[in-house]
Amino acid sequence: MSNAQIERQWTSRLRRSVVDKLPPDKLLPDTQPAYVASWIYVFGVTTMAALGVVIATGCILALDGPQWWHSSSLGHFVNSMHLWSVEIFFFAMIVHLWGKFSMAAWRGGRSLTWVTGAVTFLASILAGFTGYVSQTNFDSQWIATQAKDGINSTGGGAFFNVLNLGQMLMWHIVLLPIAAIVLTGLHVIMVRVKGVVPPFEDNVEVSA
Amino acid sequence: MAQGWGLGALINLDHYGHYIQWHFISISVSNLIVMVLMIVTFLVALFAPFPGRRSRKGSK
Repeated sequence: MSNAQIERQWTSRLRRSVVDKLPPDKLLPDTQPAYVASWIYVFGVTTMAALGVVIATGCILALDGPQWWHSSSLGHFVNSMHLWSVEIFFFAMIVHLWGKFSMAAWRGGRSLTWVTGAVTFLASILAGFTGYVSQTNFDSQWIATQAKDGINSTGGGAFFNVLNLGQMLMWHIVLLPIAAIVLTGLHVIMVRVKGVVPPFEDNVEVSA
Repeated sequence: MAQGWGLGALINLDHYGHYIQWHFISISVSNLIVMVLMIVTFLVALFAPFPGRRSRKGSK
């Protein structure tokens, strides 16, 4: 195979495109712009750190199951870790959202960064909701019976039955975590490709 | 539910939730506290000085 043929292969073209758009020093930079030295910029990574704890504790809960997390002290502890990491996850994500909204973080061709973040937020809400109804206790039964009327009023109950514990648990531990992780990954890649949005006074790349 | 050690021993959580009613708005006190904390955190993040900011001004 000649060099020209190799250069035309889809693997070669994809590799060149990826390296052009996201070279290693841009993917994992050593420094950040000076304006990033502000507390408002820490909530994105706080959200990701909390997501890591959510995933890790969720995996431990999946190992031993509901009987364990309801009845043993260690199970209670891991269950509580899962709950409180979710609380921190949403807390940090909301502050991150307010911060980015206040600085119009979609400026400078960052619309896809904004959109992936917004869709991640929606997927996370759905993950949180399916978590509520997957607890396997009276709380989850109460929430599910209340939620079914809302879902059924939209016609979605035929496809998304909140009273179906098996379906809700699968959504909660398979589909929605995949969605949240993939979307978060895309979001971070977009941040790396386009860079962190500058404050308004330093915004030299966007003209009116 | 039996109370364990730690936070459960300091704050009794074994009771019905407290709610604030105002016209058509009904919100639990715990949710209201979280919302107020988020607003406070947002404002502090905007205005609190970040450690080492002065020394980083020259970078990039």
